[in-house]
Amino acid sequence: MKWDEFFVTGEPMIYAAMVSIVLVSIAIPAGLTYFKKWGYLWNNWLTTVDHKKIGIMYIIAALLMLFRGGVDALLMRAQTAIPENGLLDGQHYNEIFTTHGIIMILFMAMPFIIGLMNVVVPLQIGARDVAFPRLNAISFWLFFFGAMLLNISFVIGGSPDAGWSAYFPLASLEFSPTVGNNYYSLALQIAGIGTLMTGINFLVTILKMRAPGMKLMKMPMFTWSILITSVIIIFAFPVLTVALALMMLDRQFGTQFFAMQNGGMDMLWANLFWVWGHPEVYIVILPAFGIYSEIIATFARKNLYGYKSMVYSMIAISLLSFLVWVHHFYTMGHGVMVNSVFSITTMAIAIPTGVKIFNWLFTLRRGKISFTTPMLYALAFIPIFTIGGVTGVMLAMASADYQYHNTMFLVAHFHYVLIPGTVFGVIAGFHYWFPKVFGFKLNERLGKWAFWFITISFNVTFFPLFILGLNGMTRRMYTYSASTGYGPLNMLSMVGAVGLTIGFILLVYNIYWSTRYEPREVTGDPWDARSLEWSTPSPLPEYNFAITPAVDELDAFWFAKKTNKSLFEGEYEPIHMPNNSGLPFIMGIAFFFFGFFMVFSWWIPAVVAGLVILGTMAYRTFEQDHGHYISVEEIERTENALRGENS
Amino acid sequence: MKPKWLLFSLSIAVPLLLAGCDQSLLVFDPKGPQAKTLSDTIIFSIMMMVGILVVVYALYTFMLVKYRASKLDKDYEPPHEEGSKWLEITWTVIPVIIVIVLSVVTVRTTIDVENVPEAYANEKPLVIYASSSNWKWHFSYPEEGIETVNYVNIPEDRPIEFRLYSYGPITSFWVPQLAGQKYAMSDMVTTIHLAAETPGSYIGKNSNFSGKDFAHMEFETLVMTAKEYDEWVQDVKETAPALSETEFNELIEPSVLGRKTFSSTHLEFNPPPEGDNAGHHHGSENHHSEDASTTDEHMHHEDMK
Repeated sequence: MKWDEFFVTGEPMIYAAMVSIVLVSIAIPAGLTYFKKWGYLWNNWLTTVDHKKIGIMYIIAALLMLFRGGVDALLMRAQTAIPENGLLDGQHYNEIFTTHGIIMILFMAMPFIIGLMNVVVPLQIGARDVAFPRLNAISFWLFFFGAMLLNISFVIGGSPDAGWSAYFPLASLEFSPTVGNNYYSLALQIAGIGTLMTGINFLVTILKMRAPGMKLMKMPMFTWSILITSVIIIFAFPVLTVALALMMLDRQFGTQFFAMQNGGMDMLWANLFWVWGHPEVYIVILPAFGIYSEIIATFARKNLYGYKSMVYSMIAISLLSFLVWVHHFYTMGHGVMVNSVFSITTMAIAIPTGVKIFNWLFTLRRGKISFTTPMLYALAFIPIFTIGGVTGVMLAMASADYQYHNTMFLVAHFHYVLIPGTVFGVIAGFHYWFPKVFGFKLNERLGKWAFWFITISFNVTFFPLFILGLNGMTRRMYTYSASTGYGPLNMLSMVGAVGLTIGFILLVYNIYWSTRYEPREVTGDPWDARSLEWSTPSPLPEYNFAITPAVDELDAFWFAKKTNKSLFEGEYEPIHMPNNSGLPFIMGIAFFFFGFFMVFSWWIPAVVAGLVILGTMAYRTFEQDHGHYISVEEIERTENALRGENS
Repeated sequence: MKPKWLLFSLSIAVPLLLAGCDQSLLVFDPKGPQAKTLSDTIIFSIMMMVGILVVVYALYTFMLVKYRASKLDKDYEPPHEEGSKWLEITWTVIPVIIVIVLSVVTVRTTIDVENVPEAYANEKPLVIYASSSNWKWHFSYPEEGIETVNYVNIPEDRPIEFRLYSYGPITSFWVPQLAGQKYAMSDMVTTIHLAAETPGSYIGKNSNFSGKDFAHMEFETLVMTAKEYDEWVQDVKETAPALSETEFNELIEPSVLGRKTFSSTHLEFNPPPEGDNAGHHHGSENHHSEDASTTDEHMHHEDMK
């Protein structure tokens, strides 16, 4: 390998990215040294096993990735805004839409959701942390370094360029000779292992650590959605693990699983990818359904309508999510029978989803709706997501799909599902739980401005794509001629994309503004909400609950408020908490270097990094760490400080 | 707040209306029975979906207008409602019925478009092999013994059978005004049946991303009268050069090309992956045992030495 191949060259934008990466990597350590914050960073963040802090780190990383993926999106829209545009060449455009997809799904939507579940789930079930706090930290650092590994591909070696679905043989060494798809197989593998462990962790947490009296059917809907999501993760992610391992073997070790010759099967990749990929869609959408259920109930001041059917419909969706993967490639030439079966299973998903929509609508009925920022996102979700849903049913019809497949109609559809579903969901959840974590609300006025910018611009950006698709415009085209007539609607879409950018900048500005000026919130329950997390003080003490709450119904906190009874009976007792550990962070770095050396097939350094990983595992195996106790005096001190004004 | 809600509704409604009025969209402008079936199916599904949207939007608007806190009594406390068995059954059963209706439509239309168009069921289809390489399309006419690159001429009112395969990444063969698309892959042959009923020039393309110059993988589909078609074939046979194996191997190297015409096909020296030439053998034990025995013999031979 020559050095001019090692670094990506020849593009002003890439040089700018390199310069900014260098500047940031100098600025961060310099700033830490100047402000003497190294110790703070290490003790409070890098070594933490606290679910709240891990959740915050997930969300910060997700926001950063939102901007990385968002810049990709803006560049794509800018390139296609006018016919025959020369802003990007084909190769650069291909890398950009590939990384846009990977980053938005795996490094933005997933970590944002995992961040929220980290913060909220233990609080909603009255627990003091997750079941395996140390494993939780490892999950985070594997995700984080997996994401970093993929991101450096932009300047070192070249990004993956075969689409986020990386179909073979296009993603094979023959047609994609750069190291880009090596990054794909390794970065996703590392992050994916982290996600799999998160699934296991939360399944155990929810099943084993609920407060006394909280039966499964008395859990908040968000916790239910995470329970089901964890099960989907546990079943779906191993498929990705296997597929990525085979991909790595094909690209770097000369195997022929997906090759064009010697009995390799390109269809095998497509099947494996979507056997994971379709459940993945529900991994990012079900938690959002959970978030909406919490928010709609809170701001309609009414319990969730049809709680049981909400639970059963999510279970039905999770089962069906494993039975529909072929609808991603009806056009692969299987017969009428196969396509018909998968059409029907796919359309069947609309039934439980419809049940949920109507239950939300009837939660609003006879409610008392207040239009706060989180509620606005939840309310905008219903009409927009329904468009995504019904176009999904249209796409599910195999025959008609022959005309939609690979077109902008499809692109419009999944953005109409994923943005109002997942993105609005996590933003709503972010605004909703922000005061719980930080002790002050995000400013409502700025929040609403951002909301209207985002919602209106979203429709301006993506609705035209439905029409373009029906007019035959295919996805992933870096250029088109003026005679196609695709120009004006693409330009409209670009205008929307600029509006979306403004909306997201407002959203981030709001975080800054509110941190400085928004009044502190002292009650711990700023929205007059229903579930257990709001019974704790804000910001939260390390141990969450000084006394484990006793629960005997759904929305126990709401009824406790109504009847003036306390959920917390009993005396303070010493609380057992896990110790911080630097090991997960070190392990993450080792994985990062292992992945990086593997990408370039530098075997000896890769083996060394691999040995470091094994070493950290061995160290952990023999480590004696029984955690620590927080004394009763300290609990009393903390509680009096936090609850002083209102107890 | 009012103007924003209005703007919000407009941002959804205006494009919807535009879409409804514009009849010139390619997918809704079919020129053959298969594309017509699909266009009808899509319009039918859109109408059903608009029906669903109307119900949801009406309920939604009603709830938001009637139950907003600013319009309600300050002391109003919403009731506790567990749900309603009958309402929940209703909004489960109605979607089930809708899905059943759509399923029937899907299965019937899928059968229709996967077979020779009904009106032509008794005619023998004209077979054209369409193969893709980076970043072009090759059309071989085995009966006529001619081959073209990046354009295909077909006679009207006659069933056509496209057999698709690829010399590289998966591509998708799509002529929106004549039929739905299908993948072309390196290890098997897939089939599209269609017929064209109006002479004219229609855009065809690869719709499946296949690398750097994927955006340039377009071809013209020219539908001719039977007479014009025969004349064209005759003309090609007389004037175009033959396609040699060397030249074909050059053609399938990655490049963007214009049109080419040949008076012979690549099918003889570079056969499509069908029948014995298919890329993988599902359950054809013979091949494997044969291979194994040769290897055994070979090894045995080695041992003897």
